[in-house]
Amino acid sequence: MTNYIPIVIFTLVAVSFPIITLLIAKVIRAGSPDPVKAEPYECGVAAETTAFDTRFSIRYYLIAVLFVVFDVETIFLFPWAVMFDRLALFGFIEMMVFLAILLAGYVYAWRRGALEWA
Amino acid sequence: MWAEILVIVIKVVVVSSVLLTLVPIMVWVERRGAAMIQDRLGPNRVGPFGLLQPIVDAVKLITKEDLTPSGVKGVDRLLYLLAPSIALVVAISVFIAVPFGFDPGLKLFGHAIDGFIVAPNLNLGILYIFAIASLGVYSVVLAGWASNNKYSLMGGIRASAQMVSYELAMTISVVGVLMVSGSFGLQDVVLHQSGTWFGFIPRWNVFPQIIGAITFIVAAFAETNRLPFDLVEAEAELVVGYHTEYSSMRFAAFFMSEYVNMVTASSLIVILFFGGWTLPGFATPAGWLGALVSIGIFAVKVAFFLWFFVWVRWTLPRFRFDQLMALGWKTMIPLAVLNFLLVGAGMALRNL
Amino acid sequence: MAFLVAHFTQIVFYVLALLAVLGGIGVVTFKNPVHSALSLLGTFLMVAGLFVLRHAEFLAAVQVLVYAGGIMVLFLFVIMLVNVKKLQPEAVFLSAQAPMAVLAGVLVGALVAFGLLAGKLAAAGGVPAALQTVDGKVLGNTEAVGWLLYRQYLVPFEVVSVVLLVAMVGAIVFGLKSASLDRGEGRAER
Repeated sequence: MTNYIPIVIFTLVAVSFPIITLLIAKVIRAGSPDPVKAEPYECGVAAETTAFDTRFSIRYYLIAVLFVVFDVETIFLFPWAVMFDRLALFGFIEMMVFLAILLAGYVYAWRRGALEWA
Repeated sequence: MWAEILVIVIKVVVVSSVLLTLVPIMVWVERRGAAMIQDRLGPNRVGPFGLLQPIVDAVKLITKEDLTPSGVKGVDRLLYLLAPSIALVVAISVFIAVPFGFDPGLKLFGHAIDGFIVAPNLNLGILYIFAIASLGVYSVVLAGWASNNKYSLMGGIRASAQMVSYELAMTISVVGVLMVSGSFGLQDVVLHQSGTWFGFIPRWNVFPQIIGAITFIVAAFAETNRLPFDLVEAEAELVVGYHTEYSSMRFAAFFMSEYVNMVTASSLIVILFFGGWTLPGFATPAGWLGALVSIGIFAVKVAFFLWFFVWVRWTLPRFRFDQLMALGWKTMIPLAVLNFLLVGAGMALRNL
Repeated sequence: MAFLVAHFTQIVFYVLALLAVLGGIGVVTFKNPVHSALSLLGTFLMVAGLFVLRHAEFLAAVQVLVYAGGIMVLFLFVIMLVNVKKLQPEAVFLSAQAPMAVLAGVLVGALVAFGLLAGKLAAAGGVPAALQTVDGKVLGNTEAVGWLLYRQYLVPFEVVSVVLLVAMVGAIVFGLKSASLDRGEGRAER
């Protein structure tokens, strides 16, 4: 567990830094609240709709799903990569099969236009 | 026990203060560099060559009024206040696993320094960096969500889509490097790159893995939200994106995290592809002198890539969002995969 | 102090476990889906901490990278896509699921209890060093995982790629259907 002591100390420093600066700022900064200042900023034009009337393209969802799939794939690449020399040719072929199956999905996504943004 | 903890604390304090001191320096370099590229003067009033300008900027930011948009209440208000801190904490914490110099077995207060890296025995190495860095997306999503502003929300969602897309290219482009060094530890990655091929080409990963190096560098630009990929804050379309509603020190926290991320990204580029603190044909002297020289070499290399970030920012125009996504998914990922396939094929052939 | 040092691992375990459970309670009690999702994120991170405690560093990294960095982003996107601030809670919908949820909870509880009683869980976590060794040499957890995965568990590994393929194709089919609705090709809902 001693390997994690530096992480704990460093994280404490990392966490305390924003807290301290924000506290200092809180003490010395100016403050004159005004309801107009607190309105959503839309370049000076009064906001007609709220933020949550905005609708988003379904493509963000597609990107996120594809990301999760490929993220899992990269996770499998990591232990394979560091053991590459020991796994020898067998490991290489194994990974080629894995990638070939995923390549089919990638080609499908490309052909169906899931990677287009329009 | 206490000597060990003291050594750790010294490391932590030195690393974090250097990291945070680099921020104002980089701000100055960025503004003067921009001025140089655009043939104007840049900040030149405060101190010699405007060197004190970043300090004045900091004083200004810290004394500005801190506004919270109306309609941000309850848990959302907490999230609004938390988002910039997450950005900064993630940016700084990533640096734990980054080694920055050669340790020939030095001692401090009778205890081994154990390498110039904050957490030397973390057997995750680069995986730790990727894991923590992947949390950075939350600062963007939360800031966008909690600001109650349509530009913030759009900027936040765009930014997160961009960050996850390029995270893939970034992680895959590292696989080739891990294959040749056979270890996650970045110190091993650097050690593997010492020496030369044929007596004159440094054994840096950039030469055999030029494709991987290019994809990694491009992805690093996208991950740090720097031009040409700063779609997040495309001011012509989105005001400034997810931090539109932020002011004062909270805005500064986002700003600082961007520069800290730049330093980390440059360090990773140097470590993974440009030999870290090694220099071909140069034997590091023993003792503390050698350690300082190696840190110096590393710093010079990192400084070059930091300048590269600035240089690119003021040279290239911004991408359009569909172009950005097409580049990420249709060019970067296949190239990154190609890189490690080539490395794998090469290594398999050599072992036959 | 001596107590703290002697029982350090247990103390960290209980703190992490408590926070993980609190996060889980938050998921079901928060009214706003975004807050629920963030609560779940907290649980994921605490579970990652538990993995580190069990010397399964690779699993911890995967937990953060895939669950916290990938799947939660997907959840948040979906939540923001459906415009949750205007969503009214549907009491009927939830109560219909309640018996199923109770059943599932009881089954999982029984499974865990059985595992504990049979001593399987305790034995499985017995030797942390085994998680770090390859061929008798201590290399690290990720290397050990790679060694086992790519030699002993070859078929499950290849099956994973098929599962991923199915997930990808399914997502594309559903997503593009809605995308064509979005553009007004076919009949849009509104």
